[in-house]
Amino acid sequence: MEHNSTYEPKSSFAKWWDDRLPIARLMHGQFVDFPTPRNLNYLWTFGGILTFCLVAQIVTGIVLAMHYQPSAAEAFNSVEAIRRDVNYGWLLRNLHAVGASMFFIAVYIHIFRGLYYGSYKAPREVLWILGVLIFLVMMATAFMGYALPWGQMSFWGVTVITNLFSSLNEIIPGVGTAIVEWLWGGYSVSGTTLNRFFALHYLLPFVLFGIVVLHIWALHVAGQNNPTGLDIKTKSDSVPMFPYAVAKDAVGMFAFLILFAWFVFFLPDYLGHADNYIEANALVTPPHIVPEWYFLPFYAILRAIPSKLGGVIAMFSAIAVLIFVPWLDTSRVRSAKYRPLYKWAFWLLVIASVGLGYLGAKPAEGAYVIWSRIFTVYYFAHFLLVMPILGIIETPTALPKSISASVLPSGSGAPAGATAAPETR
Amino acid sequence: MMRALKKSLVALALVAGAASAHAAGDGVHIERQTWSFGGFTGQYDRDQLQRGFQIYKDVCSACHGLKRVRFRNLAEPGGPEFPEEGVKTLAHEWPNKIVDGPNDAGQMFEREPKLFDPIQGPFKNEKEARAAQNGALPPDLSLLAKARNVEYTGTWWAHPFSMLRDIATSYQEGGADYIYALLTGYHEAPAGVTVAEGMHYNAVFPGHQIAMSPPIAADNFVKYQGDWGSYDQNARDIAAFLSWSADPTLNRRKITGWLVMLYLLVTTGLLYVGKRRIWPNIPH
Repeated sequence: MEHNSTYEPKSSFAKWWDDRLPIARLMHGQFVDFPTPRNLNYLWTFGGILTFCLVAQIVTGIVLAMHYQPSAAEAFNSVEAIRRDVNYGWLLRNLHAVGASMFFIAVYIHIFRGLYYGSYKAPREVLWILGVLIFLVMMATAFMGYALPWGQMSFWGVTVITNLFSSLNEIIPGVGTAIVEWLWGGYSVSGTTLNRFFALHYLLPFVLFGIVVLHIWALHVAGQNNPTGLDIKTKSDSVPMFPYAVAKDAVGMFAFLILFAWFVFFLPDYLGHADNYIEANALVTPPHIVPEWYFLPFYAILRAIPSKLGGVIAMFSAIAVLIFVPWLDTSRVRSAKYRPLYKWAFWLLVIASVGLGYLGAKPAEGAYVIWSRIFTVYYFAHFLLVMPILGIIETPTALPKSISASVLPSGSGAPAGATAAPETR
Repeated sequence: MMRALKKSLVALALVAGAASAHAAGDGVHIERQTWSFGGFTGQYDRDQLQRGFQIYKDVCSACHGLKRVRFRNLAEPGGPEFPEEGVKTLAHEWPNKIVDGPNDAGQMFEREPKLFDPIQGPFKNEKEARAAQNGALPPDLSLLAKARNVEYTGTWWAHPFSMLRDIATSYQEGGADYIYALLTGYHEAPAGVTVAEGMHYNAVFPGHQIAMSPPIAADNFVKYQGDWGSYDQNARDIAAFLSWSADPTLNRRKITGWLVMLYLLVTTGLLYVGKRRIWPNIPH
């Protein structure tokens, strides 16, 4: 967002530095006096929460890596040693394992917030696509991380998911098998697979960090969307990031940390699976192999399709379709607040996604499969049919004249006290 | 149009009904027990852990190891907290020796366990265990309470509410509930169920056939100091002890948790007040 940084170096050293590397000026301009819409609600605090989640995962993960042994023989034992013998190891391990789940809770809220308020629409297409990319890399990182404790679910989860690539044999015979063996580093999931997953699990978070920097950069070029979906037009539409948005972000983040801590200290294993406390055994297959909860909707889509290759294609398409959302939505209006029909479609998408999550944890049989198919059909129809068609046939309700007008009492008649630039208060 | 809509709604309702019937038929219902360490306030009952260890020593250790627990853990805070001297003697007298070495002559040798050694079961390896147990493997018990859980068996529509209740009350005792239910689940096989040779009928074990014989005859339960006890009490105490062996830092974790929650609640409150003071007269 174009605006002039009000940064003024206060000491002669700061001035000297500012002439050579104006990083303080950059930070001040982007995170202190950066204009944020005045009407942001608490759903907009999840960007900050997600940044916290990523940094927390990296910090706890690096310390855990100091105690973890990435070998098939010792991985499970070393995780137990961390839980039992490392000082505060139980805390680090819970923070990291629960942290992954919290990261996904936050990212799903963040994504659905974007879908509701049309945050993907011009000029934020690149911002949105970078977000989809972050989501994808996050999933890869989490999947490889879940392999590391080398419990039964780790082992069999890896076996099932990597085996998906063998469906490519249906297109070119032999290619799928070759890819799977290349991923495994052998003819079955083994310690070799674990080693490479550990290496990648350590690498990808830093890739993620890089994309997050681009995501924030793109955000600060276009500026934040807001519940009205209107652009910032006048100075009174915005408030400086500090202290206003920062104060709100802090409340949101600490409220989120309450939930986080509740799981870390009182429910550390609730979001995991009991079978992962059994050491990996290639000779014993668990009765139900289920992925972590945050993959369940995609797992349900995979199993809803009666063909293996079709299921794999559908599963990856479910993420890929998000990339095209900025162009699939034909509406002139950003925010669903002013879209009486789309609002309903949005909540149907939420129901379908949550429903798929529930069904992903159930065995693939009987009515579960039928419902998985119904929800899968709606999931894709929402993006491929509902979004383009509704945008054309729907009549949006009247938009407020501006962001200020939407929040000020009695329409546009702005009381003098309220519109006075808050930063001069 | 309306008729078509009605028809499809009826179809949906039928499918939903089928789903719930299916969900209800799956799995065995396991009663939840009251545990001193249950919920977000719960802590281990030291006396119960001591009794539980007695059961493990007198009964379970005949077949099962406890290799992730070291003798020293038995004396540490938050566990059975036996006096250290007693644990030293216990380790010294433990029937299953530690294989150590090689010594200066290049030979492996057996020695008595010390405080830092794991609590070994009677079998040197899986092959020996299976050979002695008619092909069955008695699992190591260290993590059993974490490696087992109770499946939800209610109707599908009540599942989210059940999950919310479990989250609000922080229910993490599925493993203990399962162990207690298994140990009290030995019955005569119902009519029409044939139990394979060497197997035993158990109401909660998956498939209802378990290789482990009833560990204690119902009238021959382990008596505690003060000459009391019952089969039921034995089952509860070993379930509690195994919960500790799977999660030995629970006491400290929850106490730390209360302090963290208190800090977070107060800080969130203060930040909210601060935010309200920063945002006055700014409609938003």
